[in-house]
Amino acid sequence: MIEFKDVTKTFETKQGTVHAVQDVNLSIEDGHIYGIVGYSGAGKSTLVRMLNGLETPTSGSVDIDGVEITGLTGTKLREQRHKIGMIFQHFNLLWSRTVLQNIMFPLEIAGQSKADAQKKAEHLADLVGLAGREQAYPSELSGGQKQRVGIARALANDPQILLSDEATSALDPQTTDEVLDLLLDINKKLNLTIVLITHEMHVIRKIADHVAVMEDGKIVEQGPVLEVFKRPKQAVTKRFVNEEVTPSLHDTTAVVEQLVAKYPKGTIVQLTFHGDQAKLPIVSEMLKQYGNLDLNIIEGNIHQTQEGAIGSLYIQITGDPADIDGALAYLQKLRVETEVLNRE
Amino acid sequence: MNDQGLGSYFKFSNVDWGNMVTSTWETLWLTIVSMIVVAILGIALGLLLFETTDSHNPLVRLLNWVVALFVNVFRSIPFIILIVLLLPITQKLVGTIIGPRAALPSLIISAAPFYARMVELAFHELDHGVVEAAESMGATRWQIIRKVLLPESMPALVSGITVTTISLIGYTAMAGAIGAGGLGNLAYQDGFQSNNNAITLVATVIIVIIVFIFQFLGDLAVKHIDKRA
Repeated sequence: MIEFKDVTKTFETKQGTVHAVQDVNLSIEDGHIYGIVGYSGAGKSTLVRMLNGLETPTSGSVDIDGVEITGLTGTKLREQRHKIGMIFQHFNLLWSRTVLQNIMFPLEIAGQSKADAQKKAEHLADLVGLAGREQAYPSELSGGQKQRVGIARALANDPQILLSDEATSALDPQTTDEVLDLLLDINKKLNLTIVLITHEMHVIRKIADHVAVMEDGKIVEQGPVLEVFKRPKQAVTKRFVNEEVTPSLHDTTAVVEQLVAKYPKGTIVQLTFHGDQAKLPIVSEMLKQYGNLDLNIIEGNIHQTQEGAIGSLYIQITGDPADIDGALAYLQKLRVETEVLNRE
Repeated sequence: MNDQGLGSYFKFSNVDWGNMVTSTWETLWLTIVSMIVVAILGIALGLLLFETTDSHNPLVRLLNWVVALFVNVFRSIPFIILIVLLLPITQKLVGTIIGPRAALPSLIISAAPFYARMVELAFHELDHGVVEAAESMGATRWQIIRKVLLPESMPALVSGITVTTISLIGYTAMAGAIGAGGLGNLAYQDGFQSNNNAITLVATVIIVIIVFIFQFLGDLAVKHIDKRA
């Protein structure tokens, strides 16, 4: 259990005082994958670095399982750090060491014998899918493989917590998904708590179960991922969610404008489906009930999250206004969110 | 006894080859011994400079200032003046001011600060993320120095000592001219002062070969160590 209590961090710069983190209260349960999302400069990096003492808060406290990290120094702090693994955007591997030696590095630091460290490292290389590449140097690996080494290295001392600092931001979409799958797999196999920071909502949706949104050093919104996706309250959250659910919002707007010009009589509606609704033939049921309506699909997509699917569909309905009202009411009855974008 | 035409360079019959071999060994000995001491001292000083940079502790800041001053002062003194300046200290330290051993203190004191700056620069050029990763694993400062800073900057440290050694070879010749032995001594006394240009030419060629060998060995070592590309 990780607890941030009234955590604030300020930096003194020549331009004045900067509030990197402000009044953050956050609890993270064991075994969860907790995503912290925000644009760069939002303070998320500073916040997670407090968990292993790379940053210290100006005020407030950070507890892990009742141990106050803020108060630790010297040997106690270093021992605590052995229990927290961390992976980085740019991997931060030692280029002078092979894959196996890189994974052995934290074990050497913790004072394990070379034979034990080697055995453990071989096992971990296998776990992250690098069997056969143990003797390669980082320069001979792809970005995804480098991050796998980073993950194996972070797991070497059997940590309870894994911190991920934009770990997939330097990877292409395909590799990002592979690395995220690996993190999810490790979370389930080892019951590891993962705290990940990212500026990509896609990452949150794919593996996180809880999310906190940060802006200007403050947590502006937090909760279960599906909850936040369904009903984003803050403007910044809406921006993140929209980026993710309708990546081509601009295209859609253009298409809507064209259709409005072409079919001035139509009504254009955005439908949002959650969870099991996305699997049901709701639209076809609606058409059976209101057979005189014509329906034109403009754009649609469905995203799988850890807690279910989210779908979004843009349709144009033409026909008798009374029928259209009836159809919309029918959809609302089935708890599909409808938003009328234009009406003649 | 000698004419000074161009032909004088090729009167190899005037060359005492036994002397030439002895002088070559003296130059090599001077170069290698001072290189080893300069490498150790330079890395120690460079580390000290690196580790004491940007400290908030006023005592550490003072230490950084003193070391930096020492390094800058001795790097600025022309070598030939440094030898003369250090004569009393050399007398105390080595017991003599003549011969190869007497050249060691001034060679080391002039080259170590030069190398220390290169070492400091090599550490500063390391990716800070790697050091942060080691810190996040709970590494001590000493573990970071031993397992991160030194191995990760090794190519720069080796090419730095190669450059330093090559200027050391130049310095040994200069030191030789004022009595430290070696090829410089031979070229100056038996060559120049005795109007025997063949000896100067042969000594020069040998020095050039020594420089080439050190450069080659240095490049080879860097190529072997560097796994970045």
